[in-house]
Amino acid sequence: MTISRRRLLATSGSLALTGALAAACGSNTGRGDDTSGGGGPTLQQWYHQYGEAGTEQAVRRYAAAYRKATVKIQWRPGNYDQQTAAALLTSSGPDVFEVNGPTLDQIQGGQVTDLTDLFDGVKDDFNQAVLAPKTYGGKIWGVPQTVDTQLLYYRKSLLKDANVQPPRTLDELVDTAKALTDKKVKGLFLGNDGGAGVLGGTPLYAAGLSLVTEDGKAGFDDPAAARTLAKFHRLYADKSLLLGAPADWSDPSAFVQGLTAMQWCGLWALPAVKKALGDDFGVLPFPEDGAAGKPSVPVGAYSSAVSARSKHRVEAKAFAKWLWIDRTAYQEDFALSYGFHIPARISLAKKAAKLREGAAADAVRYATDSGWAQPLLWTPACQVAYQDALNRIIKDGANPETEVKAVVRKTNGELQRVQKKKS
Amino acid sequence: MSSSGYRRRSREGPVRNRTLWFWVFVGPFAAGLALFTYVPLLWSLYLSFFDAHNTVSPTHFVGLGNYTSMLSDGAFTSSLWTFAVFSLFIVPATYVLSLALALMVNRLRFAQSFFRSVFFLPAACSYVVASMIWKLSVFNGVRFGLANTVLGWFGADQTAWLSTTHPPWYWLVIVTLRLWLQAGFYMVLFLAGLQRIAPQLYEAAAVDGARPGWQVFRHITFPQLRATSVAVVLLLVINAFQAFDEFYNLLSDSRGYPPYARPPLVYLYYTALGQGQNLGLGSAGAVILALIIAVVTIVQARWFGLGRRED
Repeated sequence: MTISRRRLLATSGSLALTGALAAACGSNTGRGDDTSGGGGPTLQQWYHQYGEAGTEQAVRRYAAAYRKATVKIQWRPGNYDQQTAAALLTSSGPDVFEVNGPTLDQIQGGQVTDLTDLFDGVKDDFNQAVLAPKTYGGKIWGVPQTVDTQLLYYRKSLLKDANVQPPRTLDELVDTAKALTDKKVKGLFLGNDGGAGVLGGTPLYAAGLSLVTEDGKAGFDDPAAARTLAKFHRLYADKSLLLGAPADWSDPSAFVQGLTAMQWCGLWALPAVKKALGDDFGVLPFPEDGAAGKPSVPVGAYSSAVSARSKHRVEAKAFAKWLWIDRTAYQEDFALSYGFHIPARISLAKKAAKLREGAAADAVRYATDSGWAQPLLWTPACQVAYQDALNRIIKDGANPETEVKAVVRKTNGELQRVQKKKS
Repeated sequence: MSSSGYRRRSREGPVRNRTLWFWVFVGPFAAGLALFTYVPLLWSLYLSFFDAHNTVSPTHFVGLGNYTSMLSDGAFTSSLWTFAVFSLFIVPATYVLSLALALMVNRLRFAQSFFRSVFFLPAACSYVVASMIWKLSVFNGVRFGLANTVLGWFGADQTAWLSTTHPPWYWLVIVTLRLWLQAGFYMVLFLAGLQRIAPQLYEAAAVDGARPGWQVFRHITFPQLRATSVAVVLLLVINAFQAFDEFYNLLSDSRGYPPYARPPLVYLYYTALGQGQNLGLGSAGAVILALIIAVVTIVQARWFGLGRRED
């Protein structure tokens, strides 16, 4: 058969097109190729991007030390919770991953694996407040990695100059913030949204209430809730709040740069604050409000979970157990060598030298005595409704009673929905 | 070989070849379009009739439940109204600004290409990057932000541009960003329209005694730009309803999004792809939004006479 020039070009063109399509549909998933030194199956492990230098290198080092599987680390910047939620719908997601949860919908949707058997003999050594939201239907769905808490940082010298004491009640906080505000420095920084996002249920617990009651109903169907939340509008109206800072509440920059005299921030910021301000700062829990009130700090934990769609669930569970239960040296290193977190294991937290003195010791005490963890039944839909209401109360001066009633209705509806479902 | 047979082959051969090559070149893209656009669209429509929390293969049929939930959700309806108002403002503002820029550039006798490029350049800028510059540098809320520094020279207090709701300064940030990003692109469309207008029309108008400037613009230029104007307005309206990037990057934080200046797509994003992953409800919202955009577009096209033969 003679091959004409036209046929040759057509054939080669088709082959090129086929090749291009094959390449486009290839197996490049965009995954990194950082591999542990182990053999066996390959596990994909996901972490959200920690801001603390050295953390990424540390988790890669842990993975490299595992011998029973090859562990590939993905260090994921951006909106991690959304990324994992979407990835769990597919079989190409992670095998083992850290999660700010798992959420009730993820558990009920069968997206995560039961990890109860990993806790044999060690369950009591975990901080029970953070283990509770990982537990559903008598089973445990995530291994807490470290305990995080948030605190009110205050600048001692600025309070002394303004002749005010560290606030012990919410009313004192409002007055103190106002007294500390001048043309250059704001009194208080609760995040660029005025506190609606970060505070969450903290003010409700400070008023002696809760997000969800023991019997699964909205825990803030009480006049005290509206009374407490209304005080945040006073902070806003007094212009005591720092708003629109380049770095948000989770970063202590605004505090150490002197843009604010007090800031609500995480325990993780303590080393940076100490480095910048020395001893010119102190930490407090969120102050109590009302007769039934008590100081409150939120405690939470990212946990290590295993995807139910993983092809290597058994191996992924074994790795999670090895890293987050057996290897206590790694757990302490992860918690305290890079950032500043409380180890999830009580025995580790007790012996950690860095947590025994100064503001760190205060923080651990507040977390132990006044810590509250977001209940598992508090769904994202409840959170959005509550956050929107708090936003309107703070900035628009919306009627707190009306707003709280609407959130109570929404919350009770959600609670009915999730309690109807079977795990 | 008979001559008629030869003729038949010569007629059919090229036709067969054309069909083959049509599918060789169009097929992959058609397949991609079907796979990545039409299948998800139909799947989304399917999901909208189910309770689909954290799953794309739900089993619990809820009929129109998601639609009624979405339409009775104050946050969703408020996002629709907010953005209807936003469209009513941003569409004419962008239209007027881009047309004015096009008229100015079109009149230039030198350096026209330079100015066209200068005005068009922001259109090449990423919405995310531009949002970050506006948020962290130009309109940050502390005393050393650019806007606050300038206002500080006149003794004004620092303003939290993105966090103040009374007055709603966040709209100033959003609108200026959007105008900066898109005016240049629409200016280029108008320039193309202006350059299609026959010079004889202007000559005839001059002979008839029309005064240059407003009179010529009103009676010659503007009517001749009708087709371009319709296209621009349609694109602007669709763009306004599809707003996502700059809003999300300006106003969201790690804890979510405030209840103000929340466009429908941002709300649906949090509903369907947030931690709640209510894909059924999100899909119902997406269908409602798509229908609204389609209706608005059709009404607008009828109103402006899109596709009507030019006189």
